[in-house]
Amino acid sequence: MSLSSDVSLVRVRSRFWTRFGREVNVGDFVFRRVTAFVAALVVLVLGAIALAMVRGSQLSLAKFGFGFVLTSVWDPVRDVYGALPFIYGTLASSLLALLIAVPISLGVAIFLSELAPEWLRSPVGFLVELLAAVPSVVYGLWGIFALAPWLRESVEPFLAKYLGFLPLFQGAQHGFGLLAGGIILAIMITPTISSVSREVLRAVPSALREGALGLGATRWEAVRITVLPYARSGLVGATILGLGRALGETMAITMVIGNRAEISSSLFAPSYTMASVIANEFTEATGELYLSSLAEVGLLLFVVTVLLNIVARVLVWRVGRLPEGGRL
Amino acid sequence: MSSYNRRKFTDVFVRSACVLSALIALVPLGSVLYYVTVRGIGGVNLDFFTELPKPVGEAGGGMANAIVGTLKLVLLACVFGIPPGVLAGVYLAEFGDSRFGKWVRFSADVMSGVPSITIGIFVYSLVVLTTKQFSAFAGGVALAILMLPTVTRTTEELLKLVPESLREAALGLGIPKWRATLRVMLRTAAPGIATGVMLAVARVAGETAPLLFTAFNNRFWSNGFNEPTASLPVNIYTYAVSPYEEWHRQAWAAALVLLLMVLILNISARLLVRSRVGAR
Repeated sequence: MSLSSDVSLVRVRSRFWTRFGREVNVGDFVFRRVTAFVAALVVLVLGAIALAMVRGSQLSLAKFGFGFVLTSVWDPVRDVYGALPFIYGTLASSLLALLIAVPISLGVAIFLSELAPEWLRSPVGFLVELLAAVPSVVYGLWGIFALAPWLRESVEPFLAKYLGFLPLFQGAQHGFGLLAGGIILAIMITPTISSVSREVLRAVPSALREGALGLGATRWEAVRITVLPYARSGLVGATILGLGRALGETMAITMVIGNRAEISSSLFAPSYTMASVIANEFTEATGELYLSSLAEVGLLLFVVTVLLNIVARVLVWRVGRLPEGGRL
Repeated sequence: MSSYNRRKFTDVFVRSACVLSALIALVPLGSVLYYVTVRGIGGVNLDFFTELPKPVGEAGGGMANAIVGTLKLVLLACVFGIPPGVLAGVYLAEFGDSRFGKWVRFSADVMSGVPSITIGIFVYSLVVLTTKQFSAFAGGVALAILMLPTVTRTTEELLKLVPESLREAALGLGIPKWRATLRVMLRTAAPGIATGVMLAVARVAGETAPLLFTAFNNRFWSNGFNEPTASLPVNIYTYAVSPYEEWHRQAWAAALVLLLMVLILNISARLLVRSRVGAR
């Protein structure tokens, strides 16, 4: 570190800037203003994104009003747009993803923070985080050529055979559809949910575990009685963060969900998500109203994910903030 | 005693369930790596790195333009994303306790959850509509916005980890605060920040959605930064959803190259941190 050169600069440091009767270094003054200006950019960009989305969707907001989210006709030829099928597809695929990913991620988090021997924790944690490093489009490619054929040939016939009495598992078996979309989202949000959950579990004071173990609880009982209640709000937060990611995920799900704007009760049926319709149609949208409707879909997605993120972060922070040995 | 046995059994059952879920979580990773390697390796040859894509029906060709395009986009993202991110992070660490600081932190956190496709629409209306063309520049801006919150928050967190005593020592020598921050605090935190930045770069290098309507695509070389630009992720998408067998082969090869780029960045960033922690 070249401290010595800095010290020599002290002598030539300008000291003419005076505020409130105190000497203020010019450099300090400028430094603070410059960094504050750049920090303000972060707020500005977020505000600009919100503004751009609202302005872009004005036409559609004015024309369709609230009906936009309640009607299911999406017809560029007649210039009529209703986003219900996309909202349904987004919610259904994300909930399916949560159903699959939450139990698995919780298991992973408990394994990594409570059960695994010390030497195994960082390699397994590392591998789970690598899942998050694989680009979305690579998951999509794998989804098209590996996951969907596997679903079509093995999983869907099996489900139809044994659970076919449920409307969920009826209809043609393409491989591409809600089920494939839900599974691929589940894979992609597992690292998010499990790594946040692991951090939350780690924030639980170990005195709690030790107390339970000392009273004769088994490992699992100690986790169930002390750790999980303490960490509950954080775990909910982790799940909501995962949900936020699932709702906004675009490429992988676009490649496997089948992209048909229909609402069907079957998990085998093709569906369409909000992010997918933007990805597929935005560059080809010709009419003003068409573009505006797509922007409104984007606006909805933006608002929902922002709200979810805020809720999730509040919940996760709360665990870290509970007083040491706080209430159970 | 039977109650004891039941408790024992539940314990073993839940513990095995946890181990099992860890295994299940890793199956897709294994499968993706396997498929990409096996299907991609055949298409990766010298041509892939040096040739332009061939028209449909002609065998061979490569993705040289997309590889260069991805590098260009990542370079632009770094130029536009890292300096503001680091400076905003410095602000948060040094002066961030104010009400304004809380707003900045909040915005960065919220922004990290905004879907990347939304950022694509934003940059489309901001840059593409203004300049009236798809361009590498627009793509770079989109990726930079995606990086910004990560870089900001990483810089803040890591600066906060630097012991105050270092700053006090520097200030005690009579250095102005800003120099102490830049020369002592930031320099001490630099390796950690570099790791965070590398992870952010690895993430945006594989992003597709924000490029679809910013950088768009290009079958040929693009000159400079003001033309539509091909990139590996967008090419993988276009080729994967096409009906042509030959294009699928190319898509797998591109996926292998992209995955290697991303994983090497990601893993070396993590190793950098680990070697630091181990040395302490």
